[in-house]
Amino acid sequence: MGRDETRTLIVLGSGGHTAEMLTLVKGLDHQRYKPRCYVAAVTDMLGLQKAQQAEANNDSSISPFVFKTIPRSREVGQSYISSIWTTLVAIWAAMYAVFTFNPDLVLVNGPGTCIPICLAAILLRLFHKCKIIYVESIARVNTLSLSAKILYISRAADAIMVQWPELQRQYPWAEYAGRLY
Amino acid sequence: MSGEVFVTVGTTRFEALIKAADSHAVAEALSRHGYRRLIMQIGTGTYKPQRLVPSGTCAQHPSGLEITFFDFLPTLKQQMAAADLVISHAGSGSIFEALVMRKPLIAVPNPILMHNHQAQLVEHLAGMKHCIPATVDTLSKVLSNLQLGQLQPYMSGDSRGIFSRIDDIVTC
Repeated sequence: MGRDETRTLIVLGSGGHTAEMLTLVKGLDHQRYKPRCYVAAVTDMLGLQKAQQAEANNDSSISPFVFKTIPRSREVGQSYISSIWTTLVAIWAAMYAVFTFNPDLVLVNGPGTCIPICLAAILLRLFHKCKIIYVESIARVNTLSLSAKILYISRAADAIMVQWPELQRQYPWAEYAGRLY
Repeated sequence: MSGEVFVTVGTTRFEALIKAADSHAVAEALSRHGYRRLIMQIGTGTYKPQRLVPSGTCAQHPSGLEITFFDFLPTLKQQMAAADLVISHAGSGSIFEALVMRKPLIAVPNPILMHNHQAQLVEHLAGMKHCIPATVDTLSKVLSNLQLGQLQPYMSGDSRGIFSRIDDIVTC
């Protein structure tokens, strides 16, 4: 495999997050950013369908892509005690997804589902060079989302890109490089 | 203009917006401004327009406005493209789809969403006069005082910087 290929793991965060992520991936050079692995929560079949549609015009033999699902760490209304267990299960599933795909690049844009994947990617870095890039949602104008804040404070991401200069001014370590829409 | 008004809640549930649009005051205001059709995409909500559409999925209002609704379609591009006015939930997908198509937009944040970051986007875009903000309570008032002339077209953001920055990060 040529080193000019970047194994890219793409986390689909559902709804508007998925739409923005697929717009982002569409703009990348598919001959360079491959193979692509899309990860979504098991309950988000719509997300994977949208990714499938977005990839429909790509020849998977030239520019391969795969899909994986991981359980959610917490469903709405779930109790705290049981969410400890489900979080552990989600982290384990994220570890499995990340270590079997072995990405060079992890692309995330929230929400919470992306945190177990980021944790796994940070661990993977002990063995393999892996970049984490967080592209904050275009809906965020005044404040970073919780998952972006976690990556911002921990400096675990290689870059946090925001889509409004006004937001960048509040978070000096974040970057503004343009807007997807 | 064909005079179409398109109300959309996207893939979410926002019954309060459909309830607000399903009012005689809204229909009369739209008709007064010269609109001739009101199309509502109601999503997963169980509330069906019943004041303006007493039975079935279409009706004609006494003001002359034709009214129809549906729940989902694989893509709303066609409805967006045909619309002369879009009244949308404040999800970024729907908002930017309308703005990029240069549609006059009234954006209504859903107040019951857990972390209401929709409101900050609407406030920001309204501040730049790219959309008219409304709430479910103010919708009919906003429509009666509708002045689209104050809106400024949204210029699409340049995304090339994002891709070249990603290229740089991956290379180094």
